[in-house]
Amino acid sequence: MKHAIIEIEHVTKTFGGVVANRDVSLDVEEGGITGLIGPNGSGKTTLFNSIVGYHPIDSGSIRFQGQEISKFRVQEIARLGLLRTFQQTRIYGAMNCVQNMLISIPHRKAKFLDMFDRQARADTEKGESLLDFVGLYEKRYLMAGDLSFGQQKLLEFAMALMNEPTVLLLDEPTAGINPTLINGLIDRLRRANEEFGITLLVIEHNMRVIMNMAHKIYCLAHGELLASGTAGEIQKNQNVIDAYLGAH
Amino acid sequence: MAVATTDKDGAPEQGSGISISLGSLLLHGGILVAGIAAPLIWPAYTIQLSVLWLMIVFALTWDILGGQMGYNSLGNIFFFGAGMYVSAVVQIGLYHPVGEYTDSAGQGFYAFTEAQYFTGLAAGIAAAAVLSSLFAIIFGRIVFGLRGPYFAIGTLGVAIAAGELIGAWDWVGGGSGISMPPFPGDPDIGKYFFYAQNFLLAISVFIFCKWLYSTRFGLALNAIRDDEEKAEGMGIHTLRYKMVAWSIAAFFLGISGAIFGNMTGFIEPLEVAFPTVTFGIFMVLMVLLGGKGTIWGPIVGAVIFHVIKEVTWTYLLGWQWVALGALIVIIVVYFQEGVVGWLMRKKPEWFGIRVERKDDTPAEAAE
Repeated sequence: MKHAIIEIEHVTKTFGGVVANRDVSLDVEEGGITGLIGPNGSGKTTLFNSIVGYHPIDSGSIRFQGQEISKFRVQEIARLGLLRTFQQTRIYGAMNCVQNMLISIPHRKAKFLDMFDRQARADTEKGESLLDFVGLYEKRYLMAGDLSFGQQKLLEFAMALMNEPTVLLLDEPTAGINPTLINGLIDRLRRANEEFGITLLVIEHNMRVIMNMAHKIYCLAHGELLASGTAGEIQKNQNVIDAYLGAH
Repeated sequence: MAVATTDKDGAPEQGSGISISLGSLLLHGGILVAGIAAPLIWPAYTIQLSVLWLMIVFALTWDILGGQMGYNSLGNIFFFGAGMYVSAVVQIGLYHPVGEYTDSAGQGFYAFTEAQYFTGLAAGIAAAAVLSSLFAIIFGRIVFGLRGPYFAIGTLGVAIAAGELIGAWDWVGGGSGISMPPFPGDPDIGKYFFYAQNFLLAISVFIFCKWLYSTRFGLALNAIRDDEEKAEGMGIHTLRYKMVAWSIAAFFLGISGAIFGNMTGFIEPLEVAFPTVTFGIFMVLMVLLGGKGTIWGPIVGAVIFHVIKEVTWTYLLGWQWVALGALIVIIVVYFQEGVVGWLMRKKPEWFGIRVERKDDTPAEAAE
């Protein structure tokens, strides 16, 4: 058994009377690709938001590299190297792609006077090579807000890589992406995992994508953990099939 | 306007905002020469020209938050007034008891030698800059928890409250204000003296902003403007950037307040130091008129606005507020992008902005 880099234990999160997550426990293995699936409204994004400190959890514990982070604020968690992308893609619309990349450098060790640094040539080159990696090099001087939704998604992914995260949480990376582009994206996610050594935790509705990619999959339904296992085990699990076909 | 050159790749020129093309040299040189020559050619307008540079300082400093960072402050005038009062207290306090000086209401029992005047003024301006920045850090802790309209109203509240508090504080003259130490020597020389200070301040603010926007700081401000939550999620020290941005604006506004207080010779809290409904709103209007989030927009806006204002005050006296109100309505309803914003949309290549051409190969096809 590999070392767990994120350990979530008995996390409960409610919004008023609605229980979004109830007693959820899961581990994300270091260096692996972990999938998180479940029908709409099953609490996947809520769990993501809890992990990255977007809102406080009601009870339970979230540890990153052995450190309790459930009380940390969003920026502190991001600087630890735990980064997320958004389901509704978020980029800096009135800046061009290169500028989007340049401001996405890791801010882990940023000292006060680093605010007034000129853009280092090395950062520009790294940003451009990552834009090339996601296939946006030709578009690098266009305003990010003028890109198509799919391209913005790729830009957001490149920005996340620029930040050199230890773990990357991806919220539906293939949603809204042109089907012919999805294979290319799967390939890039795998390369980010294998070549850059980034641990991935992926929310995904596209079963083909997640079954192909993930080493381990967790399935949520109605805010509770329903099943976990490899792609093969999940596909055979009767509870999971029922949840997706609406037997509950 | 400097035309950005592009290399064979179509890439806009990178890095330093201070390019040395001929057009840019003529533009910057022309402004410098005009700034020096104008009060000599039209000495009768020296005060109005001084105020023009002050307006440019207002617009450029407002745009740091309002345009570049997307935080619309209605309370920046607070730093102007704070600087004015800090400077007055330092200038007087260095050589006389402040309370007794303000009690005498400028009856002239308290003289300043020439040396005292100039050392006091220098110390006053320095103290105004430093303390205004400090106030920005203190109030920033409170108001930067607010977003959107709540931030605007919160900052407005700070400025209004400051005016009222100063008005009730007898030690600094209360509502009846303070007569500033008079300029030693010929008042005409004094006019040029303060003109030169306003001019130098405006030029300094311009150069500083141009440098600031060419560093990581500029990108971080724009990132906060475009999506602050995303910026937080990427680990950017957003609060640090917001605080420093506001204290930079406060630093220069503090200096401008110190200069203006000495230039007018008499300061009081509501009309001169914390005029939220005149200077406080003008700052915002000038930037909107010229184009927010650009380096030239605030300058263009300040010049157009100041000319319109002076002309209506001269030829439409009695109706000047109506004309000003009409201008506000026209800008807000029909011309939100401002002059430079409109130019950027019409002629993006002038600003080194690339737009997608029809024959560009889409990224998908390049796979």
